[in-house]
Amino acid sequence: MAAPSKPAESGADLELVGITKQFPGYRAIEELDLSIPAGSFFALLGPSGCGKTTTLRLIAGLEEPTSGRILIGGSDVTGQKPHERPVNTVFQSYALFPHMTILENVSFGLKRRGVSDYKVKAIEALKLVELDHLAGRKPSQLSGGQQQRVALARAVVNRPALLLLDEPLGALDLKLRRQMQLELKTIQTEVGLTFLHVTHDQEEAMTMADTVAVMNRGRIEQLGAPQELYELPRTAFVANFLGQSNLFTGEVLEATDALIALEVGGRRVVVPAARAARRSGQVTIGVRPEKLLLHLEEPSLDGVNTLGPGRVVDVSFSGVSTQYLVAVPGVGQIIVFSQNLVHGAVINRGATVWLTWSIEHGFGLEDIAETRPHFDDEASAPGLPGVVAEAV
Amino acid sequence: MRGMRGFGKWALPVYSVIAFVFLLIPIAYTIAFSFNDSRRSNISWRGFTLDNWFGVCQAQDVCTAFGKSIAIGLVATLVATVLGTMIAIALVRYRFRFRSSTTLLLFLPMATPEVVLGSGLAAQFLAAGVQKGMLTIVLAHIMFCISFVVVTVRARVASLDPALEEAGRDLYANPRQVFWRITFPLLLPGIVAAALLAFALSFDDFIITNFNAGPEVTLPKYIYTAAARGIPAEANVIASAVFLLAIVIVLAVQLTGAVRRKRLLQQ
Amino acid sequence: MAFTAFASDTALAPQQEPTKRGRVALLLLLPGLAYLAVFFLAPLISLILTSLQRPAEFGDFGQYEYAFNVDNYADVFGAYGGHIVRSIAYSSAATVAALLLGYPLAYFIAVTLRRWPVWQGLALTLVIAPFFISFLLRTLAWKQILSDEGPVLGFLQLVQVLPDGARLTGTDFSVIFGLTYNFLPFMVLPIYASLASLDLRLLEASRDLYANAWSSFWRVTVPLSLPGIISGSLLVLIPAAGDYVNASLDFLGGTGTAMVGNVIETLFIETGNYPEASALSVILMALILVPVAFYVLFTRTEDLI
Ligand SMILES: Nc1ncnc2c1ncn2[C@@H]1O[C@H](COP(=O)(O)OP(=O)(O)OP(=O)(O)O)[C@@H](O)[C@H]1O
Ligand SMILES: [Mg+2]
Repeated sequence: MAAPSKPAESGADLELVGITKQFPGYRAIEELDLSIPAGSFFALLGPSGCGKTTTLRLIAGLEEPTSGRILIGGSDVTGQKPHERPVNTVFQSYALFPHMTILENVSFGLKRRGVSDYKVKAIEALKLVELDHLAGRKPSQLSGGQQQRVALARAVVNRPALLLLDEPLGALDLKLRRQMQLELKTIQTEVGLTFLHVTHDQEEAMTMADTVAVMNRGRIEQLGAPQELYELPRTAFVANFLGQSNLFTGEVLEATDALIALEVGGRRVVVPAARAARRSGQVTIGVRPEKLLLHLEEPSLDGVNTLGPGRVVDVSFSGVSTQYLVAVPGVGQIIVFSQNLVHGAVINRGATVWLTWSIEHGFGLEDIAETRPHFDDEASAPGLPGVVAEAV
Repeated sequence: MRGMRGFGKWALPVYSVIAFVFLLIPIAYTIAFSFNDSRRSNISWRGFTLDNWFGVCQAQDVCTAFGKSIAIGLVATLVATVLGTMIAIALVRYRFRFRSSTTLLLFLPMATPEVVLGSGLAAQFLAAGVQKGMLTIVLAHIMFCISFVVVTVRARVASLDPALEEAGRDLYANPRQVFWRITFPLLLPGIVAAALLAFALSFDDFIITNFNAGPEVTLPKYIYTAAARGIPAEANVIASAVFLLAIVIVLAVQLTGAVRRKRLLQQ
Repeated sequence: MAFTAFASDTALAPQQEPTKRGRVALLLLLPGLAYLAVFFLAPLISLILTSLQRPAEFGDFGQYEYAFNVDNYADVFGAYGGHIVRSIAYSSAATVAALLLGYPLAYFIAVTLRRWPVWQGLALTLVIAPFFISFLLRTLAWKQILSDEGPVLGFLQLVQVLPDGARLTGTDFSVIFGLTYNFLPFMVLPIYASLASLDLRLLEASRDLYANAWSSFWRVTVPLSLPGIISGSLLVLIPAAGDYVNASLDFLGGTGTAMVGNVIETLFIETGNYPEASALSVILMALILVPVAFYVLFTRTEDLI
């Protein structure tokens, strides 16, 4: 079978069905199901070694799945060779051909598919990434950022139904990175392709993508719109990988249609039933640090959960906000981000405080957090027994 | 202490210069005697002439032997380079059983004295009743060149980023196009280096050739047999010409490499 | 065997694990390996078989038939034991001499010239330059230079280092000299390769830890260049042990300097005494295999070539 002869009119959707990839002695991908709608910007986020690159390589056809099927635009491509698939990749290392000029690099795919006006199209693609003036150079004569843009042009020029990007911005400095993020997003909207973007920069994923999937140990932990993922993480891993979370584990005391209540550090804490994944037994719930409020006296408010008293063990000022670390006996250390709305009146280290958050800000996880977050050495250091004694 | 330091600082460079001179003395001698106005034997200096250079083929034997050495070198280089390159690619890119035996088989010819290689092959040709001649010489040369080609090309294959070939496959090139448009051009410098090495080894080989040449006379064999009665200056001319050509090639390669590195650094 | 010293830019190589499998590997390997099996392994077996032949019972003089005639070995040991010992002595001496001469040179190129890449490249070119001119002519050049009428002998006699009747060519010295000269680049290149990757900060660290220059050299530099020293020594020892050009009468040798190689050549090519020539070849191979086997045992097979 020959190469796909026509450039795609628009992006196609991608579907992975029960994909498993077994390397000798290591299972990199485990029963992976994934579906990406056509024309979307999809980000795959996860820690190093979780299987992101392997997933992309499976989709590109550079690796064969041990089991499962891959469908692009509804047709099964599992058995197809890489050059037969309507997919192009922007490689992490760029993989520009060192023996060819920039123009030859960009027109390589077009020539293989027998596109006659490949030169015009290649120049167009180079214009898109603002590099047409360097068409005659060799890759070694370009800067890192320019090489990256050539790699992008080389892939985009083929109008693939699906464009795979493997941490294409990984090697760039922060400024160039932000600029390239904008360019990428612009190109995606302009040409309307389906982008599958791998990164381990969560900010990058959140700002660029329509949909973010968080991957861990060869599985997708959770998938959704960036805001949804942030506001309602389903697992302890996601809660801590995307931003920071305070997690508390306790026994369920009461579960109604509206809410579930559990015991945390001797107090009753409530989560809306709609935001809780489990309703009985041991349950882990969480709340984002910026949703917490600090009080110097024990508050008596409705519609909030309260923890404390605890002692402020660390205060760090970071311009827009201040980060407090509060050790609450029986609960552990809790992080609080407080916006610097009011000048002065900063709570000092050593102060005794209470914490509250609105009930609707809490979330209940599917799994149990294994260790208490932020309960590091400092908290169990000699200072703590003193705090406990004082509190009792 | 200061004095010692000063001595230590200069001892090594001075020694090295002497060592380089030592290495170059016989080369200078050979080139100088290619201009010797010699009659029959080229042993003592009789005055400067260019006749040997302009009339190399006056000494017909030398010229014929030279032609044969070139022909043998070209054929042996071609075959050994193809076979060795294939092995080098397999060694770097593929997993297979018998890997250590393969490595050992490639290593041993380089670790065997040439007399043993030569007499072994000769014994084999004798037992098989093969007439010695050009063919047996070529067969022998291919044999000892393969391992050197493997070593040289393998280094190049190992430095080739597999992502480049994957990028080619991703950009709609079929396996054949990937090989000819990406893999091969990128390996070419290594393959050329290997071919030059193979040619040099074949062209200068005497010991193995001597056992398997039968009546054929290659240039080294000619020189060896003529050594007793004196080598005609024309042999020096050919050796000098080959030497100068090789040095020019090597220096050109080195200089372009250095210039390219410099240009890269400046950017 | 650090033959990689001959290879072009090896520095780039990020070692990758081979990943692909399949029949393609077989197709790539088979032609070359089959070639080596037929023209390298089979001849070694042929050699052993020939070394056990005996004169044909009903054949002419110079015809032999297959047998299990171990006497050939006893015969050649008796007749050419001295040549064997001489070969071992000459090649060992040449190896030691090449190491002593070559190490400082390799150190100079790899370490001292490191800051001047262009000069380093030129120096390396000078080291391999002798390869580009005929091995035989190089050796003949030394013969003329060291000859009785040559400048070296005359000078040495003038300054009374050598007595009047003394000669340089045709002696043990001249043969070892020739072997050392001819194979010196084989010593320099691998040592250069291992010193080129020597991290100079290690020496600074060693100096920092109160070692003086001498003990830094012995405890840091030499151990780190040991792989180069070992492969360089083998690369000199092997060809030197089998060489018969330097020791030949027409080159640097004399009547009392014949090595095993010279005997094998005479027996095989001139006399046609194949069994004895083969027996000597087998003995030479066996002797060489001793250091080679040690090398193989203490080297990862991947690094052999
Ligand atoms: N060819 C292979 N053979 C064996 N194991 C492999 C192979 N390729 C990848 N792996 C393993 O599979 C796991 C996933 O690798 P992968 O490259 O997909 O990670 P990743 O998510 O892209 O990580 P990173 O963010 O560091 O790039 C890793 O543990 C890796 O060691
Ligand atoms: Mg990766």
